Amino acid sequence: MSKQLRINPIACGGHGLCAELLPELITLDEWGYPVLASQQVPPGLEREARRAVASCPALALLLSAVR
Amino acid sequence: MSGITSGTALWYASRATGIISLVLLTAVMVLGILVNRQGRLPGLPRFAVTGLHRNLSLLAVGFVAVHVATAIADPFVTIGLAAVFIPLASPYRSVWIGLGAVSLDLIIALIVTSLARARIGRRTWRAVHWLAYASWPVALAHSIGSSGDLQGGPLLALAAACTLAVAGAVGWRAQRTLRTIPRARRVAAVLSSQAGAR
Amino acid sequence: MTTRGTSLLIAGSPRPGGQPAQLPRLLPADGRQAGLPAHLDQHGPLPYRGGPGRLIPDVTESGLTGRGGAAFPVGRKLTAVAAAGRRPVVVANGAESEPLSAKDKTLLRYSPHLVLDGLQLAAEAVGARRTVLYLHADLALRDQLIGLLSERRSGGLDRADVEVVAAPPRFLSGQETAAVNVINGGAAVPAFTPPRTFERGVGGQPTLVQNVETLAHLALIARYGAAWFRGIGTADEPGSMLCTIRQADGSSAVAEAALGTPLRDLLGFPGHVQAVLVGGYHGGWLPAGRAERLALSDAGLRPSGASAGAGVLAALPAAACGLAEMARVARYLALESAGQCGPCLNGLPRIATALAELSGSRPDGCVIADLERWAGLVEGRGACHHPDGAMRFVRSGLQVFAGEIRSHQQGMCTAAAGRAFLPVPAGPGSENDWRMPR
Repeated sequence: MSKQLRINPIACGGHGLCAELLPELITLDEWGYPVLASQQVPPGLEREARRAVASCPALALLLSAVR
Repeated sequence: MSGITSGTALWYASRATGIISLVLLTAVMVLGILVNRQGRLPGLPRFAVTGLHRNLSLLAVGFVAVHVATAIADPFVTIGLAAVFIPLASPYRSVWIGLGAVSLDLIIALIVTSLARARIGRRTWRAVHWLAYASWPVALAHSIGSSGDLQGGPLLALAAACTLAVAGAVGWRAQRTLRTIPRARRVAAVLSSQAGAR
Repeated sequence: MTTRGTSLLIAGSPRPGGQPAQLPRLLPADGRQAGLPAHLDQHGPLPYRGGPGRLIPDVTESGLTGRGGAAFPVGRKLTAVAAAGRRPVVVANGAESEPLSAKDKTLLRYSPHLVLDGLQLAAEAVGARRTVLYLHADLALRDQLIGLLSERRSGGLDRADVEVVAAPPRFLSGQETAAVNVINGGAAVPAFTPPRTFERGVGGQPTLVQNVETLAHLALIARYGAAWFRGIGTADEPGSMLCTIRQADGSSAVAEAALGTPLRDLLGFPGHVQAVLVGGYHGGWLPAGRAERLALSDAGLRPSGASAGAGVLAALPAAACGLAEMARVARYLALESAGQCGPCLNGLPRIATALAELSGSRPDGCVIADLERWAGLVEGRGACHHPDGAMRFVRSGLQVFAGEIRSHQQGMCTAAAGRAFLPVPAGPGSENDWRMPR
């Protein structure tokens, strides 16, 4: 069962921790907001993705299982 | 070292861990304010501020636990387990120990909700986390009143330094908040800044 | 026949085999407002089905899709809300916050009882006892509808309660989650989904939000059946739809047309039209030559990057400067951002300023590259489709007005000096604009 990342743009305050912890999937745009390279999380990055989700101060990064 | 009984050792341990807890909680408060307002510590990546805030808060809880345990175990003063959580239940210095109980209750609420953050949702978590602004001053009051330690000498200076640190962080946050543009006017603000630039 | 600058005209596509045209359906053939007795005379009594769910198969079979712009199949929405398991709420969305659109206001003025019938039938179909009529902020219309509602109530016609709520005067007021927010007492700003409104909306209950025109069609399907509804239009896009048509001379009209009607029949295309905007300020620009050959349907318009949407058609005269029009609207769209999402609140004003520069003389060389980059940063990164729609408007305009861009780069403008063409509501307003006093 693979995992998908989503960003809640209303909650997101551009803190930027997600991009530091998951640079393979998340980069910051010129205003400091996260850009998702892809929604799919490769199995090797699942732990880092969960860590990024837990560290977002605004709880704006979401990880869900894909049915 | 003659004259130090096990009772005295427990009493000293409780006071010492209490002081360390206060310092750690001060650091946690300042770091928490920095995280919220996206402040940075020079040289450290963003996740370090959050990581330190989280790790130091868990470390602080550990020291508070030892502080509380040694205080109860100490035969010299009667505090009792109930007084740890219930204010005014302690026969010894009811008010000051009671403040400690209040602060501990608040800290437990903060830690538990933070550990269960993903499950309780953003809004509930944020609402409870505001209690941090109450828990620190209460902990400080408890520290000053429960024993004479912080009321003079170098430890008074330490208490003053902690107070300055938290007051400074809160003041910094307050002025940032006052300068925050309300949501409905943010786009207009970007537009006028663009008009100036181009 | 004109009312406040908007005239009523009826259009339809000729049917092969000489069958009688089934138009108009929603708008009154005699152009007069239908009172309750006349309405019941013409269409018969309100055909309640006697229980929840019974109307839904007819609606599904009819192929009715939402007429608010998103064209979502109504049968599927009804099923989802009915299946949600808790007491649902139905919202009739008449906010019509698109400045170019007047069809909902016109429908509510001339055939309000069709809308109110549809609202009751939808409520019965999903098992709702509470409904909300969410209206564009127009005191006269609101008072008129409140009067009609009390007439229906005293006549024993309505079974579900109808609360009238005014929509704040913002472009996003008509957005589904923003409407729910307003009804719940908040500001007209969208919410992050999930949960979708059909799962959790007004008062936390499953909520069915339907455009008022959709409900009017539903009221007719309940009486005349799915086969009747499919009698005009195309096989994939059956039925009729209301269109707001703004001609190049500035006049505007609301017409009812069958899906698949050629745009030529609706717009006329006199020689001096340079481009057509299909779908309002979240829609797409088409060059006049191409638009002339297309039909009013998703099948006809999607290959050209547009869609039938809520039936908004505007013909831009050759005398207007496409870039200046775009710049003005883009600024309006930027100021109408809810300001909740970083990419939208940062990107839209920068794009608007760049377009303003482009519409001036000898714009900077990097403006187009900036526009491209920002458009890419803004699309798909908001909680709602405001940035996406705005970028559709901007990108299509940059293509259609490419020639005008080249002229401006050489210091010329092919347009004649004149008044602004596309209507943009005045002023950014204040924080209070986002909420309505109750």
